[in-house]
Amino acid sequence: MSARPDAGVSRDLLYHLKRIRRVELEIARRYPEGAMRCPVHLSVGQEAVAAAVAVTLRREDLAVSGHRAHAHYLGKGGDLTAMIAEIYGKATGCSGGKGGSMHLIDEAAGFMGSTAIVGGTIPVGVGLALGMKQTGTDQISCIFLGDGAIEAGVFYESLNFAVLKRLPVLFVCENNLYSVYTPLAKRQPAGRCIADVAAAIGARTASGDGNDVEQVWSLMTDAVAALRAGSGPWFLELATYRWLEHCGPFYDNDIGYRSEAEFRAWQARDPVACHQARLIERGVIDAAMVARLDADIDGEVAQAFAAAEAAPFPEPGAAFTDLYAGP
Amino acid sequence: MAQLTFAAAINDALRIALTIDPRVICYGLGTDDPKGVFGTTAGLQAQFGAERVFDMPTAENAMTGIGVGAALYGLRPVLTHQRLDFALLSLDQIVNNAAKWHFMFGGRRAVPLTIRMIMGRGWGQGPTHSQNLQAWFAHIPGLKVVMPATAGDAKGLLLSAIFDDNPVIFLEHRWLHNLKGEVAEGDVRVPLGRAQRLRRGDAITIVAMSTMTAEALHAVDFLADHGVAADLIDLRSIRPLDWDMIAASVKRTGRLLVLDTGSLTGSVAGEIVAGIAERGWNDLQAAPRRLAVPDFPEATSPALTRTYHVRAEQIVDAVAAMLQRPIDSAPLAARRTHPHDVPGAWFTGPF
Ligand SMILES: Cc1ncc(C[n+]2csc(CCOP(=O)(O)OP(=O)(O)O)c2C)c(N)n1
Ligand SMILES: [Mg+2]
Repeated sequence: MSARPDAGVSRDLLYHLKRIRRVELEIARRYPEGAMRCPVHLSVGQEAVAAAVAVTLRREDLAVSGHRAHAHYLGKGGDLTAMIAEIYGKATGCSGGKGGSMHLIDEAAGFMGSTAIVGGTIPVGVGLALGMKQTGTDQISCIFLGDGAIEAGVFYESLNFAVLKRLPVLFVCENNLYSVYTPLAKRQPAGRCIADVAAAIGARTASGDGNDVEQVWSLMTDAVAALRAGSGPWFLELATYRWLEHCGPFYDNDIGYRSEAEFRAWQARDPVACHQARLIERGVIDAAMVARLDADIDGEVAQAFAAAEAAPFPEPGAAFTDLYAGP
Repeated sequence: MAQLTFAAAINDALRIALTIDPRVICYGLGTDDPKGVFGTTAGLQAQFGAERVFDMPTAENAMTGIGVGAALYGLRPVLTHQRLDFALLSLDQIVNNAAKWHFMFGGRRAVPLTIRMIMGRGWGQGPTHSQNLQAWFAHIPGLKVVMPATAGDAKGLLLSAIFDDNPVIFLEHRWLHNLKGEVAEGDVRVPLGRAQRLRRGDAITIVAMSTMTAEALHAVDFLADHGVAADLIDLRSIRPLDWDMIAASVKRTGRLLVLDTGSLTGSVAGEIVAGIAERGWNDLQAAPRRLAVPDFPEATSPALTRTYHVRAEQIVDAVAAMLQRPIDSAPLAARRTHPHDVPGAWFTGPF
């Protein structure tokens, strides 16, 4: 396993963790204003996986994701302002206002699209990898998926093909224990390790603490190196926890599908706070640097929201464009 | 009679079905979760147990085929999807197995499976959470398709669907869930394949379904205030379709306007216009018309959906044009008090 990241990388990880957290919390704070008129699935509590991607994958690598994709888009280098504008339904949004929070894209950053049907982008990511293999590049196709998505038939069909063809696919599974309000126990047999399922199909796998950004970085660094050397598909299962409600801006531990105690236990392992404390302890950062980092991020996020809010809505006629490519 | 919401009426129907027939089971994503599929399945697991009312893995295709198998064994499964769009993963099982089984094995065994699919709209539901694909399902021989518009019909049609011996696609619109209406108490069924006349008039026949019926009611009452009496037919069933009621109405009115919640091309509205053109060509005094959703996916931004769905004022305009009678629909449009992308002030997102 790769050693822990050097000081520079670990500081970058902290930046990405904090930035994703800040963006998601700002969406949550402003959502009740009623100007972001689309469903939002926030990743507060799950930032470590996307933060590790930010420093592990290259810009020319490609990624796809699902409904809970803000963090993945940002981790892959997607344009922040264009994402916020998209959530506000603006013309400057990354999908021109057609897609909203659940349909993000930034091709310049290698983020090829996130969609709202669970499992829908899994084969798409494999198809991207097929293209990579045929053109002989050393790119990697990263597929973000949840613990729910591995219940879909298309996951098995796609993984089988990726293994069969030894495609450069990195499956990044965030196991946050729930699919909407349904715990794993009601969906999968007790004691199952999801990574074992992927291993049985022939992927190389690793599991780890998805709240420990350095551990995620380490697993991912090894997987990426192997992938570039032609290993064929990797499947990473990373244990984490969503803090907010499945869809929307609020906490929902009171509605009865999970316990406050469980939430608190995970919150105590806050990926952002834990990494920050660790870096301070190591002397890699100090309080003044943290304050500067926070201020920078606050400024960037405030600017993105201001730009998104000031941006024009698309012309009504834009609803009836883009159906087909070409004339 | 009780005043219930559409969602509560569905809950009532499920409760009755589970009570009177031990073969009924009820499952689908979120069936037993705290939100209970917008309240439609609330309390059912507590009352009937986890063997009969249960959640499922995120595996729509398999869970549909499992419903087919369970139905073949003798159960009466009711499968629920929080969005029709999710059920698209199960088209193979619906079309190749559920719809065909009785036919392709020479009528040996029926598939009494009910599949509820909820259709979204507005609040950025966007391209993949808002599709109204009744025409697809109605196109498949072997399926029955129903689309209630009122709370009473939601209950009565769901009971009929569950106790029908065939696969029934039960399409329920998210925007109707909070609408209240009169609901008969007990096991009162609304027959499949029968439309209902909601307003009587001789000037024009308006055919609608689901939310379009609600929209049409506003238009028809406004038209009545302007001296135009329209016949409003709420389809209730898309397949089988109540041709007799539509044809008889057109015979009287000579004019046909069909409203549809789905895209225009290949729509149920198109099928109705075609069928009436064949059956009642000589009854028609004017070219029939369809009002449907444009041939584009629904975009997410509220700025892109303002004119996407058919609105009451458009219905008035279409009727005025067909009757060649000027009627100003602006006052009707002005009555709308909530933003166009929500069903009412009660809806604040996100789903
Ligand atoms: C095919 C399909 N079925 C159901 C849904 C409804 N749905 C939206 S998100 C979600 C949860 C998926 O859980 P998981 O993959 O673990 O992702 P998480 O929300 O936990 O990030 C479900 C079931 C959907 N979008 N698509
Ligand atoms: Mg999950």
